[in-house]
Amino acid sequence: MKQRLDRDTIAMRAAKELKDGDCVNLGFGLPTLCALYVPEGVRFETEAGLLGYGRLVMADEADQADWHYIDASGRFCTPAPGMAIFDVVTSFCMIRSGRLISIMGGFQVSEKGDLANWNTGGDALGGTIGGSMDLAVGSKKVIITMDHTTKDGKYRIVNKCTYPLTARDAVDLVITDLAVIEVTPEGLVLKEVAPGWTAEEIQELTEPRLIIPPDLREVEL
Amino acid sequence: MRNKVFDSFEEAIADIPDGASICMEAWGVAAVPNNLIAALRKTGVKDLTVITACFVPQVMPEQAFNFPTVLLPQMKKLIAGVVGIQRLGAGAFVKEYVEKGLEVELTSHGMLATRLYAGAVGLGGIYEPVGLGTILEEGKEKRVIDGQEYIFQKPIRADYAFINAYRADKLGNLVYRGVYRGNQPAMAMASKVTIVEVENEIVEPGGIDPEQVVTPGIFVDRIVKVPEDGLGTLQKQKETIYMIGEIEDARKLMFRR
Repeated sequence: MKQRLDRDTIAMRAAKELKDGDCVNLGFGLPTLCALYVPEGVRFETEAGLLGYGRLVMADEADQADWHYIDASGRFCTPAPGMAIFDVVTSFCMIRSGRLISIMGGFQVSEKGDLANWNTGGDALGGTIGGSMDLAVGSKKVIITMDHTTKDGKYRIVNKCTYPLTARDAVDLVITDLAVIEVTPEGLVLKEVAPGWTAEEIQELTEPRLIIPPDLREVEL
Repeated sequence: MRNKVFDSFEEAIADIPDGASICMEAWGVAAVPNNLIAALRKTGVKDLTVITACFVPQVMPEQAFNFPTVLLPQMKKLIAGVVGIQRLGAGAFVKEYVEKGLEVELTSHGMLATRLYAGAVGLGGIYEPVGLGTILEEGKEKRVIDGQEYIFQKPIRADYAFINAYRADKLGNLVYRGVYRGNQPAMAMASKVTIVEVENEIVEPGGIDPEQVVTPGIFVDRIVKVPEDGLGTLQKQKETIYMIGEIEDARKLMFRR
């Protein structure tokens, strides 16, 4: 069995997309792992109303943990110099203004960049839309981190999403445990593959036809 | 000066009738008006509409916190951006409540904020660009304005707001702390009667710097100080954090490695 990228590697690769001065919203789950790997000068926004919060609290510093300062995954964070606290109306003015980069998880991404990441179609009433729709529509850049296929090997990168949509034409970059794929007007461009994997192998696990560029290379951190 | 300070949560919520709509903030543990919810739970009031950001299972001890989900047996309708109750088993939630008549209106966090603000500022409706192509546009009027498609959404106005503020003065001016602020400023303004539980202290007018006031007292009707042994206090917060730290699975979930 060939090795797929682990969660930390995916998070590291996603963090590589960010640079000094970027403000980023990290979605629930794997994206919050990116916080460990971002470069200097990247600031985090959480939709509950914090921008520029500090590092996460370690398990052995539990006395510093405070429910008043939590990120999107409910983890404790610390205040930091330059942090701003605001209400949710202001938060969504920010989120919808094209000033933030969004890194979110995904269930399905379509050839056009449609995103399904809030529900797998089983039960809408148990769904968690949260800020996903707003982030998908309003962000400067939408980066989706996800498994390339389902546990039983079915496509997650699809011609057309079958799960309830989060937003249409929303995704810019997809980082999976096998590949980095850019969504372009011409179609999905395979930019990078996990070490040891070929473009053909990735194509077999991807429903839409991938565009293979001449400078295709392995994922580098 | 009208006295807004009440001695007990029970008195502050005594006139809430069956069928009332109530906004209450919730980001997991953060921002929840635990004591007002606990008091409401003790009354027989039913057919409530609850409006909140995150409707999630009561995973914390009930002696420390009371999340909005404890009101389920008394609810007729829920409007929320996150309905995380599936951890109790979505099947159970659907069977025990939805099939027996609970109406669930899903929204996005952004749309909850804009609809509350629209309610607060007296609008008849808003045109939202978020939700196109999703379940949030089903059954709704759409309109193209300057080449961009929008979905008509109605404002949210509630009968009551349950607010968890950090500090208040006796005029009802409110200061919040960290992410507890959330949707509360908009909720306080979008509701006919705003009832506040205060975590830290209630001071005389002059005790809060005007530059610090987030919710002006004119929007606030009733204020109750959370007692030392109340729910959601700093002490209870610290005890729960300590408790989480002691459980390996929880620790991995909540804390950085």
